[in-house]
Amino acid sequence: MPVPILMPALSPTMEEGTLAKWMVKPGDQVGPGDVLCEIETDKATMEVEAVDEGTIGKLIVDEGAEGVKVNAPIAVLLEEGEDESALDGFDAGSGGPAPKDDAPEADEEPEKEAKPKAQPQAKDDEPAAETDDSDAEPDLPEGAETANVTLREALRDAMLEEMERDEVVFLMGEEVAEYQGAYKVSQGLLEKFGPRRVIDTPITEHGFAGIGVGAAFGGLKPIVEFMTFNFAMQAIDHIINSAAKTLYMSGGQMGCPIVFRGPNGAAARVGAQHSQDYAPWYASVPGLKVVAPYDAMSAKALLKAAIRDPNPVIFLENEVLYGRTWDVATDPEFVLPIGKAKVVRPGKDVTLVGYSITVGKALEAAEKLAEEGIDAEVIDLRSLRPLDSATIVRSVQKTNRCVTVEEAWPTCGIGAELSARIMEEAFDWLDAPVKRVSGVDVPMPYAANLEKLALPQSDHIVAAAKAVCYSE
Amino acid sequence: MARTPQTRTTRSRKTPAKSAAKSTASKQPDVSKEDLLELYREMLLIRRFEEKAGQMYGMGLIGGFCHLYIGQEAVVVGIQAALTGNDKVITSYRDHGHMLACGMESNGVMAELTGRAGGYSKGKGGSMHMFSRQKNFYGGHGIVGAQVPLGTGLAFAEKYKGSDALSVAYFGDGSANQGQVYEAFNMAALWKLPVIYVIENNQYAMGTSVARSSAQPELAKRGESFGIPGVQVDGMDVLAVKAAAAEAVAYVRSGKGPMILEMKTYRYRGHSMSDPAKYRSKEEVNKMRAERDPIERVRQMLLEKLEATEDELKAIDKDVKAIVSDAAEFAQNSPEPEASELYTDVLVEV
Repeated sequence: MPVPILMPALSPTMEEGTLAKWMVKPGDQVGPGDVLCEIETDKATMEVEAVDEGTIGKLIVDEGAEGVKVNAPIAVLLEEGEDESALDGFDAGSGGPAPKDDAPEADEEPEKEAKPKAQPQAKDDEPAAETDDSDAEPDLPEGAETANVTLREALRDAMLEEMERDEVVFLMGEEVAEYQGAYKVSQGLLEKFGPRRVIDTPITEHGFAGIGVGAAFGGLKPIVEFMTFNFAMQAIDHIINSAAKTLYMSGGQMGCPIVFRGPNGAAARVGAQHSQDYAPWYASVPGLKVVAPYDAMSAKALLKAAIRDPNPVIFLENEVLYGRTWDVATDPEFVLPIGKAKVVRPGKDVTLVGYSITVGKALEAAEKLAEEGIDAEVIDLRSLRPLDSATIVRSVQKTNRCVTVEEAWPTCGIGAELSARIMEEAFDWLDAPVKRVSGVDVPMPYAANLEKLALPQSDHIVAAAKAVCYSE
Repeated sequence: MARTPQTRTTRSRKTPAKSAAKSTASKQPDVSKEDLLELYREMLLIRRFEEKAGQMYGMGLIGGFCHLYIGQEAVVVGIQAALTGNDKVITSYRDHGHMLACGMESNGVMAELTGRAGGYSKGKGGSMHMFSRQKNFYGGHGIVGAQVPLGTGLAFAEKYKGSDALSVAYFGDGSANQGQVYEAFNMAALWKLPVIYVIENNQYAMGTSVARSSAQPELAKRGESFGIPGVQVDGMDVLAVKAAAAEAVAYVRSGKGPMILEMKTYRYRGHSMSDPAKYRSKEEVNKMRAERDPIERVRQMLLEKLEATEDELKAIDKDVKAIVSDAAEFAQNSPEPEASELYTDVLVEV
């Protein structure tokens, strides 16, 4: 039986890639370790090696094909004694070849994510919305120029523009320079700014976080990248005791203009020590600002705001979203305010509040709810400290129901804080208790099925929304 | 350092460490009378200030933790004498002496100890958390060892800006066992940062002697694996400290990277005011005071070798005493911070 060779995943979150180059042709004998082809993602280029011995029977995916899904067959290997005739009628597998002319299909998801943003803002029947509805206005002025880029590129562009703008801004962290970023967020920055301003550190979070804070005390504006926020726990003493508290302890003398940034929250299949949402931890600390954007537009504009801010800012990114694309403002002076939430989908029946990746889940849930006649409003918190209570309260005054969504654990989480604030500030407007959808109260499991169960999915949000609407 | 003082039943009989640097006591000192009088004055100011702080703590005017520098005065006075105005200084929570040596006003320091609006941090920092950007004093840090990466970061900033200033990070023998110190050593050596690490080895980390806490008790050697040179210095001899500091300053300023100075010193008082001092004998402390006191040593040198008169020294004593009583008075009369100060300085307003 011929053996299909499948498109491999190069990282825990890779969904598709480009088949850059074939290194073999039909008829070639290959053995384990022989390089078959080169695969490219937006993060990296990797060689794919043969695992089995045999003869290349057929190449299914052409060189240069983009958007080839992980696990799609890319070639067929003939085993010993087989020849081309064995290919007749052979079905390479359920994944099916990804035809090269069908590449747009791979972009389906980002497109779907972006759709709700484009919806017109229907305000006709919103009684409470007449006070201040700036949270529902579009971020960009009409006709502003945009470019369709990945979140990864948007973050890089934010750093690049701010480093061009201000000589004392520099980037330090593990693999930010020569490796171009562990997740390729700092791609090209070393080349542009040189090793004085793009600095590879040893693997020593506590030390380089402290050096970063000291450099900020000394008049620089460091961007400290944590490969992930899981590793920032090594450095949390400097983030909190040194960066956040010193201004207060010095009676206002010792400002600390620093950004700590990196991916936060669950990636995919990396287990408990690499999958935690630290947002509630940092959001509880006076002296810090905490930002956790969803889309690339706000991520770029908020990272720029964070770099310009004279205070320590925790900037929480999401690895799963790095490769997704959005329309992003190209104007280098387009900056969004920290501490302002955004109504990303107006609705009248129930408010869904999320941040980072859960905004996408909430938007998905809103689509499903719409099919059942429930008109959900979705709010992207964007900032977790300061937390924009006003926008939430305004929404709840309109919908009278609220579901919070986060990847973090439920106890003392962002949802717990939101519930308390809504109770304190909008109790009389509530028609149902606030419901929290969160990560499950366990360390993250590795098994695919358990991991899925541990994270908030759009169906959980739908169920919670229906529960607070007393529907069914 | 918010740690509960521990009571220990074992008594250390460890004798004070021998000086590794040349003693300056016996020969004619290589210093002018004028300069030595100034060093004497600075050390005396710290001594009298700390004695007053101790007294005020006893009267309940100073709260919380209060770590006195008495006995260690020669270290900071000797080092600071070798620095220039732009050099940055950072230290631990035993910081009153460093602030005075950096030229900060005793009034502002004492008023911070009493938690008053006239304090350097408007009363919001306390004994362990004081700063003066103007005097290039960057704290005052309460987490053991944290000032070492922070001070390394100050050096990073100077190098980045292309200035020729350096940074001095003071820390104790206790901090010397913190992991982050070695993370900082590694990067400072790797990037050749202009930082002098001054280890104030007063021989006890709270109540635990160096011998009981350190596999390598010669702390000057702690940078060896990073290629950071280290020198052991008699930290009770202000001239030896100043000479060693001058060499370190020249080395570091020339761009060769960091250097370690281990100061063998001794604190006469407890770790903090609540120290029961069960871990060392009274005889050990008394012997040190009687034989090695850094201020008495300079006093003798001034009288015997530099023709200073008792009257000259008395005038300094009187002057210092007046500064300290002014500070005490200021610190008691300065108002408490306004209640509205509770909410200020959390963030820099944008």
